[in-house]
Amino acid sequence: MAEEEELKHEHHEQDLPLVLLLGLDPSSLQKFFPKLFSKFRFVSPYELPDKSMDQFLINHAQSIKVLICEGGGEAVSINSEVLNCLPSLECIVSVSAGVDHIDLTESKRRGIVVTNAGTVFSEDVADYAIVLLLDVWRKISASDRYLRSGLWPIQGEYSLGHKVGGKRVGIIGLGSIGSEVAKRLQAFGCSIAYNSRKKKESVSFPYFSNATDLATNSDVLILCCALTDETYHIINKDVLSALGKEGVVINIGRGALIDEKELVRCLVQGEIGGAGLDVFENEPNVPKELFELDNVVMTPHSAVLTPESFSALHELTIANLEAFFSNKPLLSPVNYE
Amino acid sequence: MEPIGVLVLCGMCDYFEEELKKKFKVSKFSDNEEEFLKENANSIRAVIGNGVIGASSELIDQLPKLEIVASHSVGLDKIDLKKCKERGIRVTYTPDVLTDDVADLAIALILTTLRKICESDRYVRSGLWKKGDFKLSTKFTGKSVGIIGLGKIGTAIAKRAEAFNCPISYYSRSEKPNANYKYFSNVLDLAANCQILVVACSLNEETRHIVNREVIDALGPKGFIINIARGLHIDELELMSALVEGRLGGVGLDVYVNEPWIPEQLYGLDNVVLVPHVGSNTSETRMAMADLVIGNLEAHFLNKPLLTPVL
Repeated sequence: MAEEEELKHEHHEQDLPLVLLLGLDPSSLQKFFPKLFSKFRFVSPYELPDKSMDQFLINHAQSIKVLICEGGGEAVSINSEVLNCLPSLECIVSVSAGVDHIDLTESKRRGIVVTNAGTVFSEDVADYAIVLLLDVWRKISASDRYLRSGLWPIQGEYSLGHKVGGKRVGIIGLGSIGSEVAKRLQAFGCSIAYNSRKKKESVSFPYFSNATDLATNSDVLILCCALTDETYHIINKDVLSALGKEGVVINIGRGALIDEKELVRCLVQGEIGGAGLDVFENEPNVPKELFELDNVVMTPHSAVLTPESFSALHELTIANLEAFFSNKPLLSPVNYE
Repeated sequence: MEPIGVLVLCGMCDYFEEELKKKFKVSKFSDNEEEFLKENANSIRAVIGNGVIGASSELIDQLPKLEIVASHSVGLDKIDLKKCKERGIRVTYTPDVLTDDVADLAIALILTTLRKICESDRYVRSGLWKKGDFKLSTKFTGKSVGIIGLGKIGTAIAKRAEAFNCPISYYSRSEKPNANYKYFSNVLDLAANCQILVVACSLNEETRHIVNREVIDALGPKGFIINIARGLHIDELELMSALVEGRLGGVGLDVYVNEPWIPEQLYGLDNVVLVPHVGSNTSETRMAMADLVIGNLEAHFLNKPLLTPVL
């Protein structure tokens, strides 16, 4: 009887749709997204660590129709080379908001649809942008360090920070995350202006058609846009110069939105006022010059690391996969524009 | 006219000191307090203190010519108000100009505590990110916030937390008819019904240790306490044992019982954010506070109505 049960179970497992995992450790995925493993079967290059990824794909992934990948600094790049090894691929499910690690043009050309995390992270990421800004302006981490080092009784009051109300906030990218950031900062008495690819007719905030003009008119720039060819190094020398000595940069998007070398130089020379950074060009490496600075707050790409975001992502990933396998519309397809 | 003697008990930013010295004869305690008082007591007609050090009963007794105490703070717990009233000494403070800063700090402490920002920054600075990803933290948006004291600062905190979709509830001595938030008539019920407890009331005999063991237990291991009011609002010993024993999710503190010294146990904890009484520490607000203190003193000595009197 037990044998029969086991056979049934194996049979059932065999019936589960097959999904490729790229750049994601299956055991770590199972830890955070256990339900996925009761609904789908997974193959992953992690199973055969001696083989190169391309080799694995050629030998074991020729009939794969859908893959899950992650985003961020250490993501596997889903480029032509990889796509060439996956002739049956129809859908890429990225468990990230950013899709800069995926060649969208190539995907579109091959008729492959891409989904991402949609808006499930937006609140947590917006909260993170706010806290990085508050930390830089009110010197929270710096004064916490000061206090923990025992200096309060010896050196007295810590240096003064900056008032939040009345400051001019410039948001680059007024999508889901940018809108949540704007809504929160208005309650602190900040004024909002933005730059994005196109002016949004339904939005009443002042629009600037380029980042330099926005920087000229802002006390802080908050980067909430996707990384694309156009937005690569959108924060460059000119923009930083326009932002000025008191200006602050907050980045919760992608490290490569900023010319990091130039940013570091400006911070070290005191040419801008401070920065709050959750992302870097070469994660997990962070320019060591920043460690000397008290007006910089650095976090390890952790804006989405909450149980709520993970849980929402879990549900969304399952929903997208189920929709794919039953030929229904995907829940969070990425627009190719 | 003889310059008016003003004794300053607290530190001053450069702007404050410069402006004050233009109009008054400013003195501070020397190392030998007794000698200082012998020489100067009779010429001191005003005292400036702050939220940490104020015109105590003893000091007032030692200054026979004292006419006005102009506090560089909104909290009055360090001033012997009863004695001032008895002796007809005027008292002023600095309300309103610092409301936004203190409310901003409350939210900053909530966010940095829940999202573990200081710990994350330490993680990066110590090179640990190269070894692995950071852990999960607690989402803020949508969490229930309970505010003790819905005065100007409490209201400003509520307004900001609302922008994060947080349901707001509060405790105060009496229900506020114009507040759109859920009222609890005691702090224990408030703590049992919120996840983030913010202390924003003034310190007096009733509110000393308003956050005690029972309140901490009601809040529970997933709860957070943020204190931007006074150290004595919380039973510090109970707070320390709760933190050390893991009975609280975390705390964000701007104030302590014995500033500038803090309990030893705090140094070893990662789930606490500790800042050194920076509630109104912005250049903009400090200038406004300085102007208000000086404005009050000038008004008094010119026999004009005080700008922001308490007594």
